[in-house]
Amino acid sequence: MTTRRRFLLLAGGAAVSAATRAQLPPDIQARRKAALAEAVQKVTGGAPVRPGRVKLELPPLVDNGNAVPLAVEVESPMTPADHVAAIHVFTEKNPQPRVISARLGPRAGRARIATRARIADSGAVLAIARMSDGSFWSDSVSVVVTLSACLEDGLI
Amino acid sequence: MARVVVTVPSQARRGEILQIRTLAGHDMETGFRHTQAGERIPRDIITRFACSYNGVEVFSAELHPAMAANPLIEFTTVATDSGTLEFRWSGDNGYSAAHSASIIVV
Amino acid sequence: MSVRAFRVLLLLAFAAAANAQIAPAERRSGYEDMGQATRAMQDDDAVNPATLWVLEGESLWRKKTGAAAVACADCHQDLRGAAARHPAYDAATGTLVNLEQRINQCRTVRQQAPALAYESRALLALTAYVGRQSRGLPIQVEASERTKPFLDAGRATFLRRQGQLNLACTQCHDERAGRRLAGVTIPQGHPTAYPIYRLEWQGVGSLHRRLRNCMIGIRAEPYALGSQGYVELEMYLMWRARGMPLESPGVRP
Repeated sequence: MTTRRRFLLLAGGAAVSAATRAQLPPDIQARRKAALAEAVQKVTGGAPVRPGRVKLELPPLVDNGNAVPLAVEVESPMTPADHVAAIHVFTEKNPQPRVISARLGPRAGRARIATRARIADSGAVLAIARMSDGSFWSDSVSVVVTLSACLEDGLI
Repeated sequence: MARVVVTVPSQARRGEILQIRTLAGHDMETGFRHTQAGERIPRDIITRFACSYNGVEVFSAELHPAMAANPLIEFTTVATDSGTLEFRWSGDNGYSAAHSASIIVV
Repeated sequence: MSVRAFRVLLLLAFAAAANAQIAPAERRSGYEDMGQATRAMQDDDAVNPATLWVLEGESLWRKKTGAAAVACADCHQDLRGAAARHPAYDAATGTLVNLEQRINQCRTVRQQAPALAYESRALLALTAYVGRQSRGLPIQVEASERTKPFLDAGRATFLRRQGQLNLACTQCHDERAGRRLAGVTIPQGHPTAYPIYRLEWQGVGSLHRRLRNCMIGIRAEPYALGSQGYVELEMYLMWRARGMPLESPGVRP
């Protein structure tokens, strides 16, 4: 085989494998949904999660998905007998759904945490609280993520 | 040197809820980015944060790749006794940072 | 009125119409174009990520550096006002210097230390710390005979069409500010908060870095960081923002 032909074959092969690596699989939505469900399952052990008691605060329209401020507050007296033991935050559309898992207790005084998440795309953010009695409660908010104009690397 | 910013009152009344805000300087590389050549940039994040009050852990958090860079963690703790609040961060590639703050409880 | 005077008046009127400058009372900082959550990030030093750089700047400020083993703190009690009046005319060299160049001048001449690279962490930390000291002060760069050539050069850059998209800064940031581009409000482009923590960069960066982003956006060849072209444009932008309060270090998307 001539060197030129060999080079072209190698280059073509490399281009194909790079392209397949770069492409997202066609069932990406289903995969991410499954990954979220699995992450939630890991945290709850399969116990039922009820909407309520949890308030997830997020801006509905986000300036930049790199740093999205969020806060989670849970109604609870925060006594040794009745308190929030943990707060977990997940995102729906990220390659990996977990954001933060915080452990609280009666010494917190109030069940409220705040942080900033990376959100890859418009979609849902989910907060789940585990109570001292073993029950799980949740809240979910949909956000729209916009992208800054005038980037560095000329991605457009 | 690992940079952190911790904002906590230096004095409080017993039973008052202390609002604590912490910032840690860290790129929080997710592990999902690629170089121009197509190579994956390995994950490098802070994975754990904990706060102890006079030696007792009162708050902790596990951080995951979906945390923003230079992570902010805001939480609360009840002012019980005067003493020291200690804050510790640890993560991939041996990252560690620490800060301590004195608190006077009246 | 003589014919000549009339022609001059006509020319001025035409120039004024062609240059759609924003009226001073209608100027808005990019802060006002951001979402509430991003504004809250800037307003509180306890949650503003740029505070990490300010703290680092403070320790550099106090550190004895260079062959002369002097710290910034040894000569300067504080530099309140410095960030609000740079770029400034440097009488010793007859050139225009911005804050970064002034800091490097001090480093090389007075501290006898090597200059800090543009956009290096150390230089950003120092400009964040020095900028913070001028927060709240009105921007006031010198507009005089000796700065006129630099201001004119900066204004010319602002008005000049550039790049493959053949756009001039003024077309977006004077004429179309407040309207939307790709889901984002076009700001007027005042340098009121530099160095900024840009959410897009996930770090602190300088005005020159942001100007490079703009030029890449219009598919123009961006100038080098710290280049004379950018320092003159910076001078014009600061003059355009005269009187507006400095917010440094700010947060921007």
